Amino acid sequence: MSSLLSRYADCIFWLARFVERAENLARILDVNETFSRDARGSQNWLSIVQLNADEKRFFEKHPIATADAVIRFYVTDIENPTSIISAIRAARENARTLRPLISTEMWVHLNVFYNRLKQIDKAELAPGAMTRLLTWIKEACQTHTGITEGTFFRDQGWYFYQLGRYIERADQTTRLLDIKYHLLLPKSADVGSPVDASQWSALLRSAAGYHAFRRLHSNGITPSRVAGFLLLNHRFPRSVYLCLREVDQNLNELRSRHSLRGGSDACNAVDELHAILSTKTIDEILDAGLHEFIDLIQCQLADITNRLAVAFFGAMPTMPDAEAAPAPQ
Amino acid sequence: MTNERGDSVLSGYDPHEFYCEMLRGEANQPIRDRLANLTIEALQRRSADAEAELYNLGITFTVYSAKDAIDRILPFDVIPRVLSPKEWDHIERGVIQRVSAINLLLDDIYHDQKILKDGIVPAELILGNANYRPIMQGVDLPYKSYVNICGTDIVRGADGQFLVLEDNARTPSGVSYVIENRHMMARAFPDLMNGIGIRPVDNYGLMLQQAMQEIAPKGIIEPQVALLSPGTYNSAYFEHVFLAREMGVPLVEGRDLVIENDKVYMRTTGGLAQVHVIYRRLNDDFLDPEAFLPESMLGVPGLMRAYRAGNVSLANAVGTGVADDKAVYAYMPRIIKYYLGEEAILPNVETHICREPDALKYTLDNMENLVVKPVGEAGGYGITIGPKATKEELAEAREKLIEDPANYISQPVISLSVSPTLVEGGVEGRHVDLRPFAITGEKTWVLPGGLTRVALRRGSLVVNSSQGGGSKDTWVLE
Repeated sequence: MSSLLSRYADCIFWLARFVERAENLARILDVNETFSRDARGSQNWLSIVQLNADEKRFFEKHPIATADAVIRFYVTDIENPTSIISAIRAARENARTLRPLISTEMWVHLNVFYNRLKQIDKAELAPGAMTRLLTWIKEACQTHTGITEGTFFRDQGWYFYQLGRYIERADQTTRLLDIKYHLLLPKSADVGSPVDASQWSALLRSAAGYHAFRRLHSNGITPSRVAGFLLLNHRFPRSVYLCLREVDQNLNELRSRHSLRGGSDACNAVDELHAILSTKTIDEILDAGLHEFIDLIQCQLADITNRLAVAFFGAMPTMPDAEAAPAPQ
Repeated sequence: MTNERGDSVLSGYDPHEFYCEMLRGEANQPIRDRLANLTIEALQRRSADAEAELYNLGITFTVYSAKDAIDRILPFDVIPRVLSPKEWDHIERGVIQRVSAINLLLDDIYHDQKILKDGIVPAELILGNANYRPIMQGVDLPYKSYVNICGTDIVRGADGQFLVLEDNARTPSGVSYVIENRHMMARAFPDLMNGIGIRPVDNYGLMLQQAMQEIAPKGIIEPQVALLSPGTYNSAYFEHVFLAREMGVPLVEGRDLVIENDKVYMRTTGGLAQVHVIYRRLNDDFLDPEAFLPESMLGVPGLMRAYRAGNVSLANAVGTGVADDKAVYAYMPRIIKYYLGEEAILPNVETHICREPDALKYTLDNMENLVVKPVGEAGGYGITIGPKATKEELAEAREKLIEDPANYISQPVISLSVSPTLVEGGVEGRHVDLRPFAITGEKTWVLPGGLTRVALRRGSLVVNSSQGGGSKDTWVLE
């Protein structure tokens, strides 16, 4: 059995995450641009900044969250580490390190993708052209996924890739739900109104889940149904439940087929989260607070990532209360 | 000769007084005929396509500025340089001979030092050399193979004779371009290559892997090979990736390796896994902070202990730099004679060793016609090119030479051969050299062809990639 360098495992995990992240960011921007106008036809671009917890960094560069500023900040601003171009650059840098492991096709595509992103000009970011650009970015990310699926050798590296991809996807789906939460929050009077329904449908579209949702619930969009679909559905490829199931399976595959001894910690954390998603109903979740539930999932996903890093990537364990602990002398 | 489609590739080409690789070779006729059927416009179009592809493939070397990484491709000229079977046979035999002599020299230097005792090479030249590694004294290597990968720089003078300019016995680079250039040509010019009969180059990785298996410590059934790179910031990183892929071995950095009980392990997802052979693309100085530069972060503390204990093999061996030194180069014909009892098949460029009184006098008398080179580590610095130097520069060089003659050699200016090359506005002759690559495990094998570097600036003799040089595909005919 061939062994995988810890550093490679780390890089392939993050390569997958960065591409998944870029795709989701493109989805969020596209939906905001296309569908999520309120009754007066205006859009709340600030919510995207809030969603990514980027207020500080954003307002250092831009006085107000105009469409133009937010889009540039998230598509082409290489100085913004949470932009699409930064994510793809990071993915490409990981790919560069991983070139002995990944297929040539995977590398060439990311290389070309990044070089093309560097050339985006102002005209492509203009309101009328935005959707075309974002569609291309989404497709480029999906092309990456397809190339990987079709060319990446199925040894350990593949499983670490899948772990990264699904952890990031679960995280991003919770963020999508959260953006809706942010949009909704100031205007609770609108709940259940036609505008609200159209915004929830926009949310489904941004997760590529509109038609799947329709097949399940042909008789109407309600917030609880949409949230339940995105969090708990067993068949929808971007639901948190399904992502977690994939994480669980891939981790087990590594531990059984590839006899990796480490990772029992991470397994336990995955099981825990999986159990929560399997037993709770969407009504229970909404009653207790959607935002709080999303927070919990995001913290758990970060915890799982840390445990994987310690078990497989050669990271040092972090102290539970590292920030509160006194500095070592 | 202009046809209705435009100028053909070689129609306006004039190599002037230089030896031309394309026009003088008798084996080149079919290729010349095919080039005559191609227009310059078509060549330019295909060349642009090829360069775009190299860029997309990321076959680049990386220049790091303060803010960002800039990837540049090594400029690739699409007109091949062609060698006949006879020419290649000569080069191949010459390279194998040189590698044998270098390995015998290194084994001798690090054991009995007979060649020094017999006064063939001055002892202080070796023992006082910055690349001599006393830590290697008495270490026995499998097959006495020190230089497992050797790149010999060869030029061709006005009379067409091949001459060795330099032996690269440490970590010679460039072989990835040889193979990628060939792939590129096969895609861009199938019509030019079809039916010509060109010796393949893409088994290099297999041959290298095989040699690495051969030099593994005794008794290891399935040796784990790894390629050690300084990392993604190194300008030759693409080549490290390429070689690791071609060999199918992990590309590791120092931080991936750890020494326990004088054995080398790499950190994997399943724990520590032993490594038996390391093709290192890291200079001696950086290999092991315990043994060499203590501040080096790139190497592996304790690696030399494992090496000396015979638990890991390194390619190339430590301390090979003493053999590719400019001063030692001057003695190569005598070294070949001493160990092999043969004349050098590939002669050196005529070299005057200024530490010897006759040579010093000759050099001083003919300064304006000679290239005077310091033999130290300066790598290109401190060279005086007689015909191009001013009176003041010559006087200054003369002073330095008299002060420390042992630090200098001198050579005549070589009128390097040219090869037709696509440049802005057409096809012109540009100076070329050749670096064949030899792999040595139990025996020596030479990759047919090698890296032809081409000076892209008119009249320039500098073929170095960092100085705006490019490369060409090199065809050895069947």
